[in-house]
Amino acid sequence: MSVNLSDPPTAQPPEQAAQGAVADPAAPAASTQPGAPRPTTLPPRIETRPGTDPATAPTPESEAEAVPGYIEVANLSAYYGAFRAVREVSMTIRPHAVTAIIGPSGCGKSTFLRSLNRMHELIPGAHIEGKLMLDGLDLYAPGVDPVQLRRIVGMVFQRPNPFPTMSIYDNVVAGLRLTGRHPRSFLDETVERCLVNAALWDEVKDKLKQPGTSLSGGQQQRLCIARALAVDPEVLLMDEPASALDPVATLRIEELMSQLRESYTIVIVTHNMQQAARVSDQTAFFNMGDDRAGYLVEMADTATIFTNPADQLTEDYVSGRFG
Amino acid sequence: MTTATTALPVRRALTRTARDRRRSFVDRFFRVLSLLAALLGVIPLVAILVFVTLNGIKALNLDLITKPPRALGIGGGAAGAILGTIQMVGLATLIAVPIGILAGVYVSEFSGRRSARVIRFAGDVLVGVPSILVGIFVFTFLVLPFKQFNAFAGAVALAVIMVPVIMRTTEEILRIVPGGLREASLSLGVPVWRTVLSVVIPTGLAGILTGVMLAVARAAGETAPLLFTALGSRLINVGDFGRPMDALPLFIYTNARQPYEALNEQAWGAAFLLLVFVLAINVLVRFRTWGRRAG
Amino acid sequence: MTSIARPTRNLAPGRTRYADRLFRGVSRFGAITVLVILIGLGVMLTLTSLPALREFGIAGFVTGTTWDPVASIYGALPYIVGTLLSSAIALVIATPVAILTAIYLSELAPSRVAIPLTFLIELIAAIPSVVIGLWGVFVLTPFLKVTIEAFMVDTLGSTFPIFEGPPLGIGLFAAGVILAIMILPTIVSVSREVITSVPTAQREAMYALGATRWEVVTKAVLPTARSGIVGAIILGLGRALGETMAVTMVIGNASDIPTSLFDQSQTIASKIATTFNEATSELQVSSLIALGLVLLVITIALNIIARLMVWRVAGPAGGE
Repeated sequence: MSVNLSDPPTAQPPEQAAQGAVADPAAPAASTQPGAPRPTTLPPRIETRPGTDPATAPTPESEAEAVPGYIEVANLSAYYGAFRAVREVSMTIRPHAVTAIIGPSGCGKSTFLRSLNRMHELIPGAHIEGKLMLDGLDLYAPGVDPVQLRRIVGMVFQRPNPFPTMSIYDNVVAGLRLTGRHPRSFLDETVERCLVNAALWDEVKDKLKQPGTSLSGGQQQRLCIARALAVDPEVLLMDEPASALDPVATLRIEELMSQLRESYTIVIVTHNMQQAARVSDQTAFFNMGDDRAGYLVEMADTATIFTNPADQLTEDYVSGRFG
Repeated sequence: MTTATTALPVRRALTRTARDRRRSFVDRFFRVLSLLAALLGVIPLVAILVFVTLNGIKALNLDLITKPPRALGIGGGAAGAILGTIQMVGLATLIAVPIGILAGVYVSEFSGRRSARVIRFAGDVLVGVPSILVGIFVFTFLVLPFKQFNAFAGAVALAVIMVPVIMRTTEEILRIVPGGLREASLSLGVPVWRTVLSVVIPTGLAGILTGVMLAVARAAGETAPLLFTALGSRLINVGDFGRPMDALPLFIYTNARQPYEALNEQAWGAAFLLLVFVLAINVLVRFRTWGRRAG
Repeated sequence: MTSIARPTRNLAPGRTRYADRLFRGVSRFGAITVLVILIGLGVMLTLTSLPALREFGIAGFVTGTTWDPVASIYGALPYIVGTLLSSAIALVIATPVAILTAIYLSELAPSRVAIPLTFLIELIAAIPSVVIGLWGVFVLTPFLKVTIEAFMVDTLGSTFPIFEGPPLGIGLFAAGVILAIMILPTIVSVSREVITSVPTAQREAMYALGATRWEVVTKAVLPTARSGIVGAIILGLGRALGETMAVTMVIGNASDIPTSLFDQSQTIASKIATTFNEATSELQVSSLIALGLVLLVITIALNIIARLMVWRVAGPAGGE
């Protein structure tokens, strides 16, 4: 299904209205607290596909084995040495969906994200407590090699970081080359496939040998996404992927996210609430506690978080009252 | 825009293939190798310190410090060398510090970008010139015309070696002094020269002194520049810069080459004294730098 | 209407401007002195070596193989070869160790270990050359003689002439080893600076693709740092070329071009150090200074090349 941004924001495709997937942006949601200002309009969604409607999404118990990419977090706390930066987060992250993590700066969103692919432990003294399971597999079990794990859980960073000494082609296959000698044909095919999936192929197909850094910021970020896709992950973590980009490039990344969720589990951290509302299916709101540790305040379907959150703190945040 | 068409990825178990095991082995192998390399690099230092200390302490006695070499035969000590080093390094410091600091001040405070780069470049080149060539240079205009080896030429040669070191440290330190300080002073109507002398330099004084101390340590250990200038001497020379003068490095060099064990021992003793002096300065300086960085 | 008495303000420049200019001029004097020293060095060395260069021609001097004071023939080649060979040996030994050490200290070591280890290695650079030479003569060379040199002569000496004995300890190889020890800190510290200046983002990107630590170093860090590390090596080479005292004390004394690693030899610096004060004729003195001029040219050229390469990676403030 292709994205068509020319649709006026308030028009809804008939299927959506029938499924009731998204609250009607034009209709103010019922207020549970008298007098409290509410966000009454949800920003227009990039896309909603049938099948990702939270109401009809696959339920955990039945789909865990059949649909790979199911992440369960149980009481995860992340430490830098003795300092606890993230406090006891528990959540379930669904596959084929975009889960957004929002919250004020410094509340541990990035730290939490990095603990999902064990990048957090690269910092000396950093460790976690709690459990992290991918399809029932404990990711922090003693026998698990983080190196292997990171091929399954990939990451895209805030600032685009293509390898400066490599061409566009070499950048895309950089991860593949770590795992063995692949025939040239396979590499060629991978490069094309991943650049297509990253919505970059048309722009660079004639200049694959040029250095990765010769592209614009938005293109570089899509190159980094292609690079992450090339190793065939199941989960894609994105740490504020568009915050260093201009609005046009940002929009393209968001479109990309929507497309990618068909095949991957996507978790993004973003400080841009509108982006979360546009792109994600589930949203988790983090806040900083008095002990300076971040904690999960509330997690629910995006529509609910933005129009009818259960927690007052969440409501304050999404209505712009702080943070 | 076409949609993504990758098939659902097939779940891979989190175990390793043979190739992954090899990658892991390579990883561990080179990490251990790097550690070994680092240790290997430290071994010579330890060996040098140990031997110089052991042999040097054996040779330490009052004679070594208080007596000059015996006119005939073997015996005596390094008194002349010690006094010579103190005098020549002292004079060299007196010459080099003003020039070096002034040059550093000029490059950091006054010059436009182009001339700053030229002078900084000249300083860098000068630092890399072999010290024996510095000795020859000073020889050509302070020894040759007078047909007389003299300690003054030795001091000048050491000064030439010290100047670029002091200049570079001074410039680096002054560059770190925040521009806001200068602006605050100038906006109060304080003239430039006063600003530099009373505000900028005092702020960077610790770092500048560090640079001077390191340059002194370096000059004290230099032999080659003195070979053709001060020449060395078997007499104690105090104050006469128009004649040859001994120095600790020269003393060590001369006595090391003698076939007499007693003289070799004196070389070790002098080497120990020199090493203690030089290392004390270096260790002191580095600890102060780290203390500030960590604190 | 009251008029406020305003104090008269004298805005004329006055003495301050004079003082400023004086200060500026004085400090400029310091800067120019540095320039004068450098230029003077080059000029004086060139002038005083002219007699020798005119006598033998530049090419003739540089390629001449005989150094004979009696016959008044002076050729620089044996010493140029000795200088280059001893430095080459030093580089071969020091470079792998130094690069691995730099990688260990900046990428792999916990800071508890890295800081003291870095300090110790950099301390070697502070030891006076003559002290290292003393240790070299009485400790290192006897050790080399009975261990490494004996081993190499026994195993390889008969097959490769370059390893022929007799292993005396003193000689080209010992000079190479001692130079390696002395240039190690230089290569390590510059390489470390270059490696740490590689942005973290690239390391993270490599980690996120599922690379081991060593792979991150070799595939993300080193390619970017490569030209800076080459610059570090060249800086080390420059230092080795100009090193005098330690080399003089362990290299022996020979005026022929060495054919074996274990031959005695001389470098330009050691030749000048040992014979300058005994030089009898003006031509000999001039030839020795010409020797020094050759060394100066090589050293300065290498220094410039090295700095350019380091600047490219670590910025103009990088380097020692």
